[in-house]
Amino acid sequence: MTDLIDIKGVRHAYKTASGPLPVLDGLDVAVPEGGFAAVVGPSGCGKSTLTRLIAGLMMPDAGEVLLQGKPVTGPRATVGMAFQNPVLLEWRTILQNVMLPLEIVPTKMSKAQQEERARSLLALVGLEGFEDKRPSELSGGMRQRASLCRAIVHKPEVLILDEPFGALDAFTREDLWQTMHRVKAEEPFTGVLITHDLRESIFLADQVVVLSGRPARTQYVMDIPGKGPRDLEELYTPEAAERLNILRQQIRIAQGRAAA
Amino acid sequence: MMTLKKIAVPVAALILFGLFWEFLVWVNGWPNYKMASPSDLWPAFWKFRWLFLDYGWDTLWRTVAGLLIAVVVGVLLGMVMGFSRTMRDALYPLLVGFNAIPKATVVPIIALMFVGQHDMNTILIAFLISFFPIAVSVSIGLSTLEPEYRDILAALGASKLTIFWKIALPKTLPEFFGALKVAVTLAFIGTNLMEIVEPHGRGLGHLFDSGKISADYPLMFAVLIALAVMGILLYYIVVALEHVFAGWAERTPQ
Repeated sequence: MTDLIDIKGVRHAYKTASGPLPVLDGLDVAVPEGGFAAVVGPSGCGKSTLTRLIAGLMMPDAGEVLLQGKPVTGPRATVGMAFQNPVLLEWRTILQNVMLPLEIVPTKMSKAQQEERARSLLALVGLEGFEDKRPSELSGGMRQRASLCRAIVHKPEVLILDEPFGALDAFTREDLWQTMHRVKAEEPFTGVLITHDLRESIFLADQVVVLSGRPARTQYVMDIPGKGPRDLEELYTPEAAERLNILRQQIRIAQGRAAA
Repeated sequence: MMTLKKIAVPVAALILFGLFWEFLVWVNGWPNYKMASPSDLWPAFWKFRWLFLDYGWDTLWRTVAGLLIAVVVGVLLGMVMGFSRTMRDALYPLLVGFNAIPKATVVPIIALMFVGQHDMNTILIAFLISFFPIAVSVSIGLSTLEPEYRDILAALGASKLTIFWKIALPKTLPEFFGALKVAVTLAFIGTNLMEIVEPHGRGLGHLFDSGKISADYPLMFAVLIALAVMGILLYYIVVALEHVFAGWAERTPQ
C-alpha cells in the first residue's frame, strides 16, 4: 500500500546573503491514509519548512514530496492548514471564517449545506452559540478551535498543523488535545502535526518523527500503538513515561548533546 | 440617554467656547478689525448668505473631487509599493521628497502653469497635498501582512487577486481610514490655498481674499467659521464611512 504522504530524501536550502542555508537534508516521512504523524525536533530545525513543502507552497531542492503517489507541484485545494497564530479574519464572524475555504475550493455543496457543515463542525469543537461572534470576542483557545474547523471544513485529504496549541496555557491545551481526538473520530483525516511538546506528540499521534538539528534529517521514528480516541490518563502510565524518556533522549541527541 | 449625552456634550462645549470668545473680545475692548466676535459674524453671514452657499459649494466639491483622485492614486501607489519591494525602494524617496515641499510654494507654480483653469488647479492641489498619507498607509498595511494570512488561502491554490480581495484589502481598511481622516483635512487646506491665491477663482478662499481686500474683518472670520464647519462635516462623513466599512476594528470599551 502506498502511503498517502510520502516524503523521500528531501533536501532544501534557503538563499541568504551569506550563501545557501541548508535546513533539510535527507528528510523521510511516510504517513498512511488516516495516519497522524507528529514531527518534533530542536527549534529552528526546519519543521515549518516541512509544512510548506507538503502544502505545495515551496518546492524541495532535491528529493520527492508525494501525495497519494503523485509529486506535489503546487498548492492544491486538498490541503487544510492551521498555525500557532489562529489567523482568523477580524471582519468576519466565526461562521464566515470557518466557511472561507469553501469560497476558494470548488464544492458541490449548496450555500445552505456549506453553512450547515460549518455549524456542525463548530458544534463538534464546542463552539455552538458562538457562530455570529467576532474573533476578538473569543478566547485564545476558542479561536484555535475555530481555526481548526476552518482547516477541515472542505474535507482536505491532508491536514497540516503547525504548532496549533503552542501559544495556549496548559489546561486549554489539554482540552484541545481531547477535542482533536473527537474531531478525528468524527471527521477522519490524514495529518502532520508540528509540535514542541513531547506529551502532545505521543497523546495525539500514532507516529512520532524526531528530526535532527539543522540541516534536519529523520533521526528517529516511534510508533504509538492503539487506534481511536485516547484518555488523558494514558499520559501517566509507565508506557507513556518510557516513550517520553526515549523521545527526550533523542531530542538531546538532535541538539548535539550526548544522551544522558 | 447615551446618544443625548453624545450630542449634548460637544454642543455645550461649542456654546461655552463661543461665550468665552465673545467675553474675551468684550473685556479687552478689541475693535472688530483686530478680533471679530461671534456677534459680529451673523451680520456677515447674512449679508453674504448667497455667496457663502455658492462659494461654499465650490470649495466643497473641489475638495471632494481632489480627495477622490487622491484616494484612487494613493491606493494604487500604495498597492504597487506594498506588493513590490523594488518599487517601494524606488518610489519612497521620491514621494518623501515631494511631500517635504511646502505646498504653499507649489500653489503659485500650478496657478501659472494652468492659468485660468480654476477648478482644475484647485482640485490638483487638493489631490497633491492629500495623496501621500493614503499611499504610505496602504503600502505599510499591505507589506506588513503576516505570511500566515496569505498562506491560509495560498495553500488552497487561491490567486493573488483573490488573496488581495478577501484578505489584504479588508485588513488594510483601518489604516486606510486613519490616513483618509488626515487626507480630508489636508485636501481642504489645499483647496483653500489655491482659492486664496487665484484671482477671480470663486470658492470660500476667494471670499476670504475679498474680505481681506475690502478690509471686512467680520467677513474673514465668518469664512474661517464656515471652513471649520465644512471641515467637521467632511471629517465626520469619513468617520461614518469608517464605521460602515471598518467598524469591526473598533473596540467597544469594557
